[in-house]
Amino acid sequence: MNATIAMITFRAMLGRRRALLLLLLPVLLLVLAAALRLSDFNDLDTSAQVMQRFALATLLPLLALIAGTGVIGPEIDDGQIMYVLTKPIPRPVVVVTKYAVAVVLVTLFAVVPTLIAGLLLTGTTAGMASAFTVGVLVGGIAYSAVFVALAVLSRNAVTIGLLYALVWEALLGNFAPGAKSASIQQWALSVTDALTPASVIDSTVDLAVAGPLLAAVTVAGVLLASYRLRSLTVASAE
Amino acid sequence: MSELKLESVSRWYGNVVAVNGVSMTVGPGVTGLLGPNGAGKSTLIHMMGGFLAPSSGTVTLDGAPIWQNPDVYRRLGLVPEREAAYDFLTGEQFIHAMAKLHKLPDPSAAARRAIGLVEMDYAANRPIGNYSKGMKQRIKMASALVHDPPVLLLDEPFNGMDPRQRLQLMDLIRRMADEGRTILFSSHILEEVERLASHIEVIVAGRHAASGDFRKIRRLMTDRPHIFLVRSGDDRRLAAEVIADGCASSVELTEKGLRVEATDFQRFTWLLPRLARDADVRLWEVSPADESLESVFSYLVAR
Repeated sequence: MNATIAMITFRAMLGRRRALLLLLLPVLLLVLAAALRLSDFNDLDTSAQVMQRFALATLLPLLALIAGTGVIGPEIDDGQIMYVLTKPIPRPVVVVTKYAVAVVLVTLFAVVPTLIAGLLLTGTTAGMASAFTVGVLVGGIAYSAVFVALAVLSRNAVTIGLLYALVWEALLGNFAPGAKSASIQQWALSVTDALTPASVIDSTVDLAVAGPLLAAVTVAGVLLASYRLRSLTVASAE
Repeated sequence: MSELKLESVSRWYGNVVAVNGVSMTVGPGVTGLLGPNGAGKSTLIHMMGGFLAPSSGTVTLDGAPIWQNPDVYRRLGLVPEREAAYDFLTGEQFIHAMAKLHKLPDPSAAARRAIGLVEMDYAANRPIGNYSKGMKQRIKMASALVHDPPVLLLDEPFNGMDPRQRLQLMDLIRRMADEGRTILFSSHILEEVERLASHIEVIVAGRHAASGDFRKIRRLMTDRPHIFLVRSGDDRRLAAEVIADGCASSVELTEKGLRVEATDFQRFTWLLPRLARDADVRLWEVSPADESLESVFSYLVAR
C-alpha cells in the first residue's frame, strides 16, 4: 500500500464527473427503498426481490466496474501511469493500492447504501439487511479484483466488463443454469443465502463452493494485474 | 557519471521492425537523438525508460537491465512526450507527490528545489490543468528532476513550445549537463539538436544511421550529392555546359527542366550562374529538390 498513490487515485475518482456517476445508482436504490417503505409495499418477498435484483445484481457489478476500471484504466490510457511507474516502487504495491481504493469506493457507494436500503425495507427481520450487506461486500471485493485486472489487461475493459455483467450474469444466467452458477453474482448470493433463514433467497451455488471461488477470483485478479503491470508497454506516440 | 548502453537492440511489432540492431553508448553531457518522425526515436526512448521490452538485445544503465527493474528509477528521470499529467493537482502538489513516491527524506524541500530549477515557483499553486503547454513541459521536467537523477531522458521536449520557452528549456538542459548528468533528448529538428547536443545519434527508419559530434554529422549532410531542379532559357545548352565542367555527376532533361545531381555542393552553386552567363542562357529557377530532412536522412542510411 502506498498512501501517495491512494491519495492521487481518490482525488481522480472523486474530483470529476465520475463521482456523480458513482452516486447515481445508490441514490436510486435509496429512493426506491424509501418509497416502498412509505407506501407499505415492503413485505419480505418484495424487499428480497429489490435487494437481490437491484442492490446485488445491478448496483454492485456496475459500481465495481466503474470503480475497478476507473482507478487505473484512464491513467493507463492517458499515460499518467508513467509518473507512478517511473518510481522505485514494486508494481504489486501499485496494483494492491489501486485495488484497495476500488474496494473502499465500492464499500462507500454500494455496500453502505445496501445496508441502509435493507434496513429501510426489512428492518432487522430475518437478518436480511446484514446478510445482503455481507453478500454485496464479498461480491464487491471479488468484482473489483476482476475489473482492476481487466483494466490493466485491456483498453476495452469497460465494454468487456459490461458484457460480462449484463450478458453473461444477467441474460445467459436466465437461460443456461451452467452460466448462472459461474458468476460472481451467484457466489455473492450464496453468502447472503447462508446468512439469512429467509427462504425467498435461493442461490444455485453451495457456500462451500462459492466461498473458495470468490477467494480464488480475488487473488487471481490481483496477481494477474500485478504481473501484467510489470510488463506494461506504453503505446508509442508514433 | 552514468552510462546508458544499448547493445544490438531491436524491437518489432508483428512484422514491422521499429528499431533494427541499434548499439550505442550514452554518456555524460547532452546527446541528441535525431531522426524524422516515425523513425523509431520514441520506441528507443521507451526502451531506455523501461516501458518497452527490446525484442532482442539489451538496454542497461550502468550495467543494470532497465526492463522490469523499477530500481533503476532511482538514477533515471524520464520526461514523457505525452502532455497528460494529473490535471487536478497543483504543480506543487504534483511534484510533492512525485517526491514522496521516490521516498525522498525531505519531499517538501526536494519539491521546492525541483520547481525552482524549472522556474515554476510563480505558478506552483495553480492546477496543472490550467497550465500552458510550455508550463506543463517544465513541470514534467521538474517531476523527472525531483530525485536529482544522474540520467535524464526527454522525449521530444521542445514540441509545441514557443521560441522563448525553447530557449529557457535549452538553458536548463545545458545547466543540467554541466553538472555532469547524462542527458538524452529526441527531436526531429536538426537545428534544435545542433544547438544543444554535443553528441548526436541519428536514427532513420529504425536503423542507427550516424553517430558523432554535430560538426561531423553536419558535414555528412552537406557533403552529400545534391539534386537541383534548374529551369532556364535553353536547357539543352546549359546541360552540355554543366556536364562539360564536371561539377555534376548526372544531368537529366525532364519536362519540368533540368535535374542536376551535383557532386560538389559549393562548387556547383558558385559555378552555375557563371556557366549560364558565359553560355548566354537565362536562368529562371534553381531550386534544391531534396532538402527535406527525410531525404538527408535517407542519404545517410544508404551510405
